[in-house]
Amino acid sequence: DDKLLTEPLSHPDFFSVKELFTLKDLFDARVHLGHKKGCRHRFMEPYIFGCHLDQDIIDLDQTMQHLQLALNFTAHVAYRGGIILFVSRKRQFCHLVESTARACGEYAHTRYWQGGLLTNAHIHFGPGVRLPDLLVFPCTLNNVFEPHVAIRDAAKMNIPTVGVVDTNCNPCLITYPIPGNDDSPAAVELYCKLFRMTIIRAKDKRRQSEAVEEL
Amino acid sequence: TLRLICTTTVVQRKNVGASGPEKYTEAFIKKQIEEFNLGKRHLANMMGEDPETFTQEDIDRAIAYLFPSGLFDKQARPMMKHPTEVFPEQRKIQWGEDGRPFHFLFYTGKQSYYSLMHETYEKFLNVQKHQDQLIAQDLPLQKEKRNLAGSRWLTKIELEEMLLEKLSDDDYSRFIQLLEKLVALPCADIEENYIQKFSKEVPVQLQKVVIEPLQYDEQGVAFSTGEGKRKTARATAVVYDNGTGKITVNGTDVLHYFPVLQDREQLLFPFQFLGRIGKHDMVCTVSGGGRSAQAGAIRLASAKALRSFVTEKEVEFMRQAGLLTVDPRVKERKKPGQEGSRRKFTWKKR
Repeated sequence: DDKLLTEPLSHPDFFSVKELFTLKDLFDARVHLGHKKGCRHRFMEPYIFGCHLDQDIIDLDQTMQHLQLALNFTAHVAYRGGIILFVSRKRQFCHLVESTARACGEYAHTRYWQGGLLTNAHIHFGPGVRLPDLLVFPCTLNNVFEPHVAIRDAAKMNIPTVGVVDTNCNPCLITYPIPGNDDSPAAVELYCKLFRMTIIRAKDKRRQSEAVEEL
Repeated sequence: TLRLICTTTVVQRKNVGASGPEKYTEAFIKKQIEEFNLGKRHLANMMGEDPETFTQEDIDRAIAYLFPSGLFDKQARPMMKHPTEVFPEQRKIQWGEDGRPFHFLFYTGKQSYYSLMHETYEKFLNVQKHQDQLIAQDLPLQKEKRNLAGSRWLTKIELEEMLLEKLSDDDYSRFIQLLEKLVALPCADIEENYIQKFSKEVPVQLQKVVIEPLQYDEQGVAFSTGEGKRKTARATAVVYDNGTGKITVNGTDVLHYFPVLQDREQLLFPFQFLGRIGKHDMVCTVSGGGRSAQAGAIRLASAKALRSFVTEKEVEFMRQAGLLTVDPRVKERKKPGQEGSRRKFTWKKR
């Protein structure tokens, strides 16, 4: 049992997450497109490659690195049977994110976030509830273009976060930010596909390892 | 030896309200069901009936006999019902042994409601996809209109019972809007099964009331009876066909019984409405109430009797005109501390 948990940690890319995406995939899904120069957030300047006709272009090399780290982390969390919660407040992709979560066997919350869901969980859900072990944000902003309350709450409750940060988002409190476009349907579909594939891969590997251990 | 540096004299009180309503364990409910069945058999034995064929109605009758109660509220009287009816259905614990919740929308708080919205939206997308396919193949879209008049959506309370969850008015109205959008699409017939779960039939008013057929007396003249009431007056009317418009009340002519024009107008109103003033004879008996009350009672009785002579459409017209509804107004009681039912005593400043 100990071996099962410690073995993946010795490899840098145990779940071979790098094979799931290429730079061309990211470019075709329009992940590099950001918002206009006026919407730029100060802390996103390191991740921006340049500005073309007033529109910010995100550096896809950095995106590749961040995406690989984030997917590797989610895979490890899923391998250890952690609860992953997909949070997004974009109405356009609410259904897509919920279906992705259902397909992985994980959880989603794409509706109105009630105040004490994480911080006051025992009153909301009942005593003995288990909080999520990872929060994934396909879009970090809520409908008023402010950072989602769940980022701050997760930081308060020591829950790691993975989030796609656009040029108008604040990447501060997110543990594994992924600079990239969060508005195009193509980009969000790509992210959902990648997360779904990593989680399913990690869970399959876990089942295989357990089966091998039993023998 | 240990020396306590500071002691709290007040023990921290448990926040009783925070844990929510009392949760019944499954074992408790099972024990209640066993006790109920045993008690049922004892009761049957006591009443001298067969314990095997002792139904809930027999139980109710037995309890009403053994524990007579003069209380007005039926819910306040002693009753013996199956525990599933007594203890409300509850949500059991939503997560398994390892702590992972069962439902994928558990962390939203309102999992049944949001999963319902998710499913309905999925059906909506399905219908749109189907529509696109039909358009791509240049096939005509189906245009069978659903019968909107005969059905209504579930009320908020019914939906709450279905989902076992509290809803807010906003949530409910959003769900109904989504259903309306789904139904408005031309190809919504595909998801008819799903939509029917949330719609209820509203039977047209007429279907409940059975209109009696005409009866014929010795000379072959058609007649029909009707009963009516208003305030404390009770009246029965027999309306005969092939008549001259003669009306007899309690054995006396209508002019002698109702000297006031207003009362006679009330009697004639149903006939005038249907345009059958000189065509029917009427014989009625009335008791109780006052002058106007008796007139109103006879009017209702004659309208009910006329239903048998007339087509269904005209019956619907009569119902909408208010000829067939019992007037519910009665004399309001006088309350203590007031002079009448509404009038208060004169207010004196000092």
